[in-house]
Amino acid sequence: MGWLVVAYLGSLAVLFIAAFWQLDEFSGKVVHSYGTGNFETLWNGHVYRTIVLRTVGIASAVTVTDAILAFPIAFYMAKVASPRVRGLLVVAVLMPLWSSYLVKVYAWRTMLNENGILNWALHPLGLKGPGFGNVATWIVFSYLWLPYMILPIYAGLERIPNSLIDASGDLGAPPGRTFRRVVLPMAFPAVVAGSIFTFALTLGDYITPNLVSSTQFIGNVVYANVGVANNLPLAAAFATIPVIVMVVYLLLARRLGAFEHL
Amino acid sequence: MHSGAPGAYRLAGRGGGPLHSGVTPAPETDTAASLGAEPDVRLVQLTKRYGDVVAVDGVSIDIAKGEFFTLLGPSGSGKTTTLRLIAGFELPDDGRIELGGIDVTKRPPYARDVNTVFQDYALFPHMSVQDNVEYGLKIKKVDRAERRRRAEDALDMVSLAGYGARKPAQLSGGQRQRVALARAIINRPRILLLDEPLGALDLKLRQGMQVELKRIQGEVGITFIYVTHDQEEALTMSDRLAVFDQGRIVQVGQPAEVYERPSTEFVAGFVGVSNMLERDGRRFTVRPEKIRILDDGRPSDGEHVESGTVVDVAYAGMVTRYVVALDAGGELQVVRQNLETTSADALEDRGRKVHVAWRPQQTYAIEDGPPDQEEA
Repeated sequence: MGWLVVAYLGSLAVLFIAAFWQLDEFSGKVVHSYGTGNFETLWNGHVYRTIVLRTVGIASAVTVTDAILAFPIAFYMAKVASPRVRGLLVVAVLMPLWSSYLVKVYAWRTMLNENGILNWALHPLGLKGPGFGNVATWIVFSYLWLPYMILPIYAGLERIPNSLIDASGDLGAPPGRTFRRVVLPMAFPAVVAGSIFTFALTLGDYITPNLVSSTQFIGNVVYANVGVANNLPLAAAFATIPVIVMVVYLLLARRLGAFEHL
Repeated sequence: MHSGAPGAYRLAGRGGGPLHSGVTPAPETDTAASLGAEPDVRLVQLTKRYGDVVAVDGVSIDIAKGEFFTLLGPSGSGKTTTLRLIAGFELPDDGRIELGGIDVTKRPPYARDVNTVFQDYALFPHMSVQDNVEYGLKIKKVDRAERRRRAEDALDMVSLAGYGARKPAQLSGGQRQRVALARAIINRPRILLLDEPLGALDLKLRQGMQVELKRIQGEVGITFIYVTHDQEEALTMSDRLAVFDQGRIVQVGQPAEVYERPSTEFVAGFVGVSNMLERDGRRFTVRPEKIRILDDGRPSDGEHVESGTVVDVAYAGMVTRYVVALDAGGELQVVRQNLETTSADALEDRGRKVHVAWRPQQTYAIEDGPPDQEEA
């Protein structure tokens, strides 16, 4: 445990320090002199700003989509389904997590392909699939992380005693108002807990954008700078951005009481 | 299956189940009409099944306006299910529920003029005490000033003035219980349903709340339907009570009536101590406090005397309980006030030969057999 903390915080510290190193333009070697040059490059580079906005924007869109999709499923599992059906649903929700990430993304790639099943199915209706791009990224991420949203909400809803729902009805509230005034406020911290997963996982991913889109995420830029461009300091500087975004996100989540629902 | 059961409730068993048979207690004791009031609640042949289990089996009761009516029975006897049917949390498979003459059988809970005090209080943890209490009024769109005023009154009534800003988690069990009561009463429902509301409180608090509840009922004049498995609570608080066993009502009446004249052995045993004896083919019960242990061996006029041996003694402070095995067969529990006895004296009585005596008019015939005896 102690070693884990040292290894994790240590590498994080190295990352932060590396972000302030420089790259010698001629030799392409890392120079251990400190400066904020990397951050200036990122701040002034129009491309980098677009990439940050795209990454955070799609992460947000995925989070909202998953919350909207997951809530009714989780509600059905926790409060409507019989114990037998509930068990089957839990398995069904977990099942995709047992198969490889790459298999799932490649499956989507095939489906979204110009000659894929989606276009084939939509063709008679005179419609066309989204093809590869930001929409595809959004769809695939929403699919990939949905279980991570369903499970905390399911757990959160299950913790709401049925007597509270009875009590609200007893005090004159029709089901819709019971949902708004009792179920939703009580389950909201669980939604936030789930959103930590969907948001953070999207923010840090670079494989899916690579496979179903030609656009770049923060992760793609970091990857390219570590590997191809061999500009480690710039990669480190860019990598601090999702870290900062997540720190802010987690602080907000804690204020909303999400940590009791993880 | 329920067609052949005239009268307000029935005791005839269904095929297969253990039967309580035969006895039909005087039907006039259980109709509210006999109390000279229009029934506020009327249950007609109410039945609820869960799979093969019949939780509530043809229950019919009339409850008068302003009555404190208790549903008493062991756990699993159907009393809570009956309450949930009245509240609308469950829908009956059969039968009818009328509130103030209006059939509400198919209405959802929010469209019934009843409020419930839940066993676990069911306070909304994300709301303050004030918001909890005002919840029903907010739903009904009562304006803010009026809401505030009535919430203050309600909290005042349950002696929690000034607690409005707290969250339920910051209150003790007894305080939560009172918030739950205020939250229900503020809506001025036609009927207040209480599901073992004092079950989670310790004895002292419970006794205090029993008095409080009676006082509050007097102030608001609402019909109370109270579920409990505690026979003492039922006896002290109720105007009338219904004893439940296996989904059916076995006796309805005023507390003294049910206690002193139990109609079946089950009632005799559940409401007090059964003390069943059989003499000359006649089964009867006599309450433990009606029996005297004759120290000098001389009965007073008209008393029935039997000899026996004290087989057990329990000293309980105010009273001592004796178990006497009678020479003629059977065992009796006898309760004696500790006027002069001390615990040391009492415990020495074990194994002593004694004479016990009671007045024949204090015995009540029980006509049904033991529960395991089926009747064709």
